[in-house]
Amino acid sequence: MLKTLRTIAGVGIVSESPPEPDDELRLRDALQAQIQSVLGRALAIRAVDSGSCNGCELEIHALNNPIYNIEGLGIRFVASPRHADLLLVTGPVSWNMAAALKRTYEAMPDPKLVVAVGDCGCDGGVFGRSYACAGPVSAILPVDVAVPGCPPSPQRLLQAILTAIRPRRA
Amino acid sequence: MALTRWWSRGERLAGKPSGALLAVEPQEWLGVATDVAAAGGQLLALWATRYPDCSPAALVRAAYLVDGGLLVAQLPVADPAHRYRGLQELYPAAARMQRAAADLTGILSDAADRRPWLRHAAWAPDQHPLSAPPPIPAAPAVDDYAFVRVEGEGVHEIAVGPVHAGIIEPGHFRFSVVGEKVLKLEERLGYVHKGIERRFTELPLLDGHRLAARVSGDSAVAYAWAYCQALEGMTGTAVPPRALWLRALCLELERVQNHLGDLGALGNDAGFAFGLAQFSRLKEELTRAIGATLGQRYLLDAVVPGGVAVDLQDQAARTLAVVLARTSSRVRELHAIYDDHAGVRDRFAGAGRVEPELAQRLGLIGLAGRASGQGSDLRVDSPWPPYHVITPKLCMRRDGDVAARVAVRFDEVEESCRLARALLSELPGGALAAPVPAAVAAPLGVGVIEGWRGPVLVALESREPGRIHRCHAHDPSWQNWPVIEHAVMGNIVPDFPLINKSFNLSYSGHDL
Ligand code: SF4
Repeated sequence: MLKTLRTIAGVGIVSESPPEPDDELRLRDALQAQIQSVLGRALAIRAVDSGSCNGCELEIHALNNPIYNIEGLGIRFVASPRHADLLLVTGPVSWNMAAALKRTYEAMPDPKLVVAVGDCGCDGGVFGRSYACAGPVSAILPVDVAVPGCPPSPQRLLQAILTAIRPRRA
Repeated sequence: MALTRWWSRGERLAGKPSGALLAVEPQEWLGVATDVAAAGGQLLALWATRYPDCSPAALVRAAYLVDGGLLVAQLPVADPAHRYRGLQELYPAAARMQRAAADLTGILSDAADRRPWLRHAAWAPDQHPLSAPPPIPAAPAVDDYAFVRVEGEGVHEIAVGPVHAGIIEPGHFRFSVVGEKVLKLEERLGYVHKGIERRFTELPLLDGHRLAARVSGDSAVAYAWAYCQALEGMTGTAVPPRALWLRALCLELERVQNHLGDLGALGNDAGFAFGLAQFSRLKEELTRAIGATLGQRYLLDAVVPGGVAVDLQDQAARTLAVVLARTSSRVRELHAIYDDHAGVRDRFAGAGRVEPELAQRLGLIGLAGRASGQGSDLRVDSPWPPYHVITPKLCMRRDGDVAARVAVRFDEVEESCRLARALLSELPGGALAAPVPAAVAAPLGVGVIEGWRGPVLVALESREPGRIHRCHAHDPSWQNWPVIEHAVMGNIVPDFPLINKSFNLSYSGHDL
């Protein structure tokens, strides 16, 4: 126990401030305020792997580490689509996952947002469209934001999520 | 002894050093398998290939790891309707590989279990993606898979997946339980089948490494290296020493990244959130250092035909060495904390145990195998350059439980940090890549690399210049998934996530 406490004290707080906003996205530092003003509470995300190579998942996991500290920004991953505001979808959609992906989306309450992750989520990536892959997430679901990268960095993922929740300007 | 005659009859195999290709007659196929088993060898992979308008119409190949070498037995199938002799009695892991081969190529074994494995509802039973033309995709649909039922008083079923609660890959688990206790688990995989092997045949030979790296993105270096090892063997390419050293560095970094992630997640699953926070921080620090020095946070595009696409300046090499030294000492501290924590110890010890005898019989392989007394690691058993110079140490435990799989990871993180630093301190100068000749001297090459989960295999075949006729990628998860069904028996359902995580097998690498 003592060792545990010493490690906690020794390491201190490692959470960084939120990533530098992309000017275009005009996120500034008010990420949390944005979530609060749009939703009035924490943003709930359901992640679904619809055919990923598991590379994108590594970077999604990183969002939860104490350095990106996504919970501190008022974003959390939830276990059920029924509690989710946003669906984060990785992979080219494999035909074997298409039905499960659709079902997950349908189980979410309205209004719902979809962020397609990675080159695969954007256009099928190296796997393309085939007898086994429907290709991009948009082939199966309406997509709000698609973030390229193979895999996209945690910063890019955060920007994509925040872009999706930000009310679209006219 | 009996094996000597097979080795001496085999031809040299391009790719992995100490590999042999053995053409067998149908009556010898089982004999080779039997002799390999008697010598304590293991089936690494089994796959089939169609040759339209040729004779024989198909070949089935079985790759064995035995005597520190790779023996590939090759069986001709003259008539595609003919059923070849299945190997599932000698090697239980063969059962699913044979079912997958049947789904993809239509070449059937004589095993009794005729259920599809990778094929769900997307294409019809009489269509085979690896025999042209490809099937037409169907609309999203769900099929009805024939799970094996367990009857009995008080037995009920729990179905989990394919979509899981966490941020993990999809698969379906069907538990038969009494109260909380698991009587039986049946896995159903194939959800992330992406048609990878068909896709390979549409790519130029010199481009396949990018797809190989994405067979299972957490093992990108291992797969890309295996692909390149096969290709370089086929084309007679001599990879420059600096490139080999950098490949090994990347492979060890990949191992450390994955082990750090798993050690944190396992602590968390045992109710110790502190572990997740600490390990995920260490992993992020290392990942950033890799990104800053090698230019990629995850090394999906590091290994290329003929060499590498990354380089390190002296200063960057020193920086990376410092981060590795720090990682290693922090992990040692955390190891002591995990060992001291009564709650963690309690959850880890005895959970999901696979005794060495069972592990041997089922063919448990790689990291999980080493936690159950199976002392095999290709970096140690048959070191390829540069592992022959830096001599990795075997990390092994015999208890076969979650605690043992955690302990092997702790030991391997330290060992890989040591190896990576040794590689950094002796990084040879010279070119980063050699040109790869367009002409293929050997039509078949097989690469095998010990990734963080275990040995990955890539069998590459080219019959026309610059083209891929067939590329088979094999993940050690094929061997280990069926063992989880045994590991959870008698455990309680709430322990499944912990047990499953302690193996951390690949879905993508398995589903292809
Ligand atoms: S975008 Fe890249 S990392 Fe992500 S799932 Fe596709 S291949 Fe893997």
